[in-house]
Amino acid sequence: MQTTMASTSRIRSLASGESLQRLLALGALVILLLFFSVIAPNFASLENYRNILTATASNGLLATGVTFAIITGGIDLSIGTGTAFTSVAMGIVAVNWGLPLPLGLLAGLASGGLVGLVNGLLIAKAKLPPFIATLGMLYVTLGMAQVLSDVHPIYFTDPQPALQDFFMGKPIAGIPNIVWVMFAGAAVAWVLLNKTVLGRYTFAIGSNEEATRLSGVNVDRWKIAVYVVGGLFVGLAGIVLASRSASAQPSQGMGYELNAIAAAVIGGTSLAGGEGSIVGTLIGAFLISTLSTGLSVDNVPQQFQYVITGLVVIGAVWLDILRRRGRS
Amino acid sequence: MGELLVEMTGISKSFPGVHALDDARFELRAGEVHALVGENGAGKSTLMKVLTGIYKRDAGSIKVKGVEVDVPNPKAAQDLGLAIIHQELNLMGHLTVAQNIFIGREPRHGPLLDEKALNRKAAQLFEELHINLDATAKVANLAVAQQQMVEIAKALSLNSDVLIMDEPTAALTETEIDELFRITRHLRERGHGIVHISHRLEELKRISDRVTVMRDGRYIDTVPTADTTIGQIISMMVGRTIFEAAPEIPENPDQEVVLEVRHLNRGRQVRDVSFQLRRGEILGVAGLVGAGRTEVMRAVFAADKPGSGQILVKGTPVVIRNPGDAVSHGIAYLSEDRKRYGLALGMDVEVNTVLASFGRFTNRFGWVHSKAARAAALQLVETLAIKTPGIGQRVKNLSGGNQQKVVIAKWLTADTDVLIFDEPTRGIDVGAKSEIYKLLNDLARRGKAVIMISSELPEILRMSHRILVMCEGRITGELSAAEATQERIMTLATQRESVAAASPETTPALSVGAN
Repeated sequence: MQTTMASTSRIRSLASGESLQRLLALGALVILLLFFSVIAPNFASLENYRNILTATASNGLLATGVTFAIITGGIDLSIGTGTAFTSVAMGIVAVNWGLPLPLGLLAGLASGGLVGLVNGLLIAKAKLPPFIATLGMLYVTLGMAQVLSDVHPIYFTDPQPALQDFFMGKPIAGIPNIVWVMFAGAAVAWVLLNKTVLGRYTFAIGSNEEATRLSGVNVDRWKIAVYVVGGLFVGLAGIVLASRSASAQPSQGMGYELNAIAAAVIGGTSLAGGEGSIVGTLIGAFLISTLSTGLSVDNVPQQFQYVITGLVVIGAVWLDILRRRGRS
Repeated sequence: MGELLVEMTGISKSFPGVHALDDARFELRAGEVHALVGENGAGKSTLMKVLTGIYKRDAGSIKVKGVEVDVPNPKAAQDLGLAIIHQELNLMGHLTVAQNIFIGREPRHGPLLDEKALNRKAAQLFEELHINLDATAKVANLAVAQQQMVEIAKALSLNSDVLIMDEPTAALTETEIDELFRITRHLRERGHGIVHISHRLEELKRISDRVTVMRDGRYIDTVPTADTTIGQIISMMVGRTIFEAAPEIPENPDQEVVLEVRHLNRGRQVRDVSFQLRRGEILGVAGLVGAGRTEVMRAVFAADKPGSGQILVKGTPVVIRNPGDAVSHGIAYLSEDRKRYGLALGMDVEVNTVLASFGRFTNRFGWVHSKAARAAALQLVETLAIKTPGIGQRVKNLSGGNQQKVVIAKWLTADTDVLIFDEPTRGIDVGAKSEIYKLLNDLARRGKAVIMISSELPEILRMSHRILVMCEGRITGELSAAEATQERIMTLATQRESVAAASPETTPALSVGAN
C-alpha cells in the first residue's frame, strides 16, 4: 500500500508537475535554436550565441526576481522602471558624488531593496492588491529617477570607466561578465527558493495564504521579504543595464517588467501562485531573447517580432491551462 | 474513559439576528470518541469553534484539564492542545505532505532547510499514528481522505490531546471511512479525546462512545452510544413541537406535469435522480447539508457543466446546456447564496428586476426601453411589497428579506413556469420569512410550479405539497404532505446506501410512497 501509493504519486508528479512545463519550454527553446540555425545562415555562430546570452542578462535577472512575487500569487510591475531608479542611484553616488564604484553598486542594490520594501509594506501591511501597489510604484520609481537625475542621463564613462570595463569584460569564454552575474544571481535565487524557509513560505503563501497564516507563519513578514528579494534583483538588473550603456538612463525600463513576467510565465510559473521555478524562468528568458535575436537576424521587422512574441506568451499559457485541465 | 479533558458549561454566542448558542454544554474525556450531533444549524460547529478560539463566547466557562481557560484565538487553542479539523481542509496543495505538516516548524541545517530530516520526522509520525502516507507526495495529488490524514497528522504533531473533526466523513467513500475510523480508534487507545461531529447517525454506532445531542443552539442530552437507539437520537434532534400552519394543498392536484427529470446523474452528488413537478405545486426537497439537493437543481438548470439524464418540459424532451437555455425553457433557479449568484448588489432595484429579461426591454439595437423597465419594476415593488425608498435604491442597502424579494421579482419579470428556490429564507428574519411563504403560496396558486430546497424541517413541512428526501445524491423517498413528519424525513435523510442494504434494523422501516 505504502509503496504503490508512493510510486503512483511520483509518477503523477512527474507527469503533471511544473517539470513538464519546464521540459516543454526547454524543448521549445531547443527547437527554436535549431530552427533559426537552419533557416538563417548567420544565426549559428558562436558570436551570435554570445549575443543572445548578453541580451538575456537584464531580463533574466528581472524575471528571476519577479518569479518569487508571482509564486506567492502576487506580481511586481515596478521592476522595469525600477531599473531606471536604481541606475540613477548608482550614477548619483558613483558619478555626481564621486564616491568609489563599489559604493555606487551598493547604492544600486540598496535602492532596489528599498523599492521592494515599499512594495512589500504596501502589499502586506496596507493590504493593497499587488497589481495596484506595484503599478503605483512603477510611476513613482520612474518619476524619482527623472527627478533625481534632472531627466539627464548620467555617464559613467569618464569618472567610472571601470563599470563598463569590468561588467562588459569577457575573461571567460568570450562571454561578458554581466552574463555570469545573471547566472550567479539565478543560482542564489535557486538556493533561496528551493533550500530555505523563504522559498518554502513563498510557495506556501501562493498555494494557500490563509492556511499558511493559520499554521503560525508570519505571512506579512515573508511577503515583504519576497518583494525585497525582487527589488535586489532590480538593483542587479540596473547595474547590468548601466554597464551595457555605460550610463544611467532615467527614462529606461517601461515595459521591461512585461518581458520579465512573460519569461516567468513561459517557464511555467503560475500567475495563480504556488508554482514556479528559477530554471524555468531562465529558460523563458532565453526563449524570448532567442526569438527576438533570431527574428532580427532573419530580418523580420520589429512589428512582426512583437506579434510573434505575443503569440508565444499566449501559446505557453494556453498549453499550461490545457495541462491543468487535463489533470483535474 | 480517562480524565476530563474539556468541560464547557453555559456557553452562549449570538451573531447579529441569530442566537447561535444558548446555554450549551459539552464535556470530553481522554480516551473517548464523543459524537456531537444535531440538525443543520443546531450549533455543533459553532460550539467547537468557540472551543478552538475561532469565535469568542458571549458567556459561559471553558475548562481544559480542570483549569478555567480563555481561548482568544486559534493559536491559544493550539497551545492548549486543542486541534480542529474543519470541513474545508486548510492545506497548501502545492507542497508535499511533510512540508504541510511541519510548515512553520521546518528542521534546518543553519540557514538551509533539512529536507531529509523533515521527511524522516513525517514518516516517523505516520508510523506512530498508523497512517499510510507518502511524506514526499504533493498534497494536491492526494485524495480528500488522504488530505484529511495529513490534517490529522499535522494536528497531532502539535501534541494535541483533543482532536475535533467536523464532518470528517462527509466526502469519504466507505473504505476511506473504515480507514479513518481505524485511525480514530488507534488515537482513542493512545488516550486522545476525539470529538466527532456528524450528520450520519448510523456511523455513531460504529465509532462513538458517547453522543451529545444539540438542538437550536441548546444542549439536549449526553448519552452512552451503546444504550441508545438511532431512533431515540433522531427524536432528541428534532423534538420541536412548533407547528405553525399546515400547507395549503391545492384542490386539483392532477395538473399538467411541467418539469420531469429522468435518471439525472452528475458526479457523486447527483445519482440517478428522477422526479416530476406539476403546475400549481410546491415540491419540497429535504435532506442534510451535502445531500446533493443544490447539485441536483444546479444540474437541471445547467449552472455547472451538465450531467447525464433526460429533462422534459411539459412532456417534451429538451436539451439544457447553460442557464440561458434553462430560462428560455421557463426554468428559473434562485440560488441559496443570493448575494453571490442572485443579485447585482451595487446596482439598483430596477436593473436587478429586469436583469433576467433584458431582451424584453431592449429593441434590436440593444437600446433599453427605460420607461417600460421602470414601469415593470415599480409594479413589482408594489405587488411584492418590497420595502425600498425607490427603485433607484442600490440592492445592497436593502434587508435580506427584501433582497430575496428583488430576486423573486427578477424571475417574475422573466415569467418562467418553474421556479426553483434554494433555501429561500436563509438569513432572513422571522417576519420576512412569513412574507416569503405567502409569496410562494401565491405563486403556486397562480399556476407556477415551485421547488423549494430547505434544510429547515418545519419550513419544509409547512410549505410543501409533496416532499422529496435526498441522501448522498440519491432520492431516498417521497412523502405526501399528509404522511410527512420530522422523524420520517430525518430517517430518510440519513438512509445511507450501505446501511439500507446491510443493517435494516438501524433504519426503522417505514411505509413510504417511493417513486
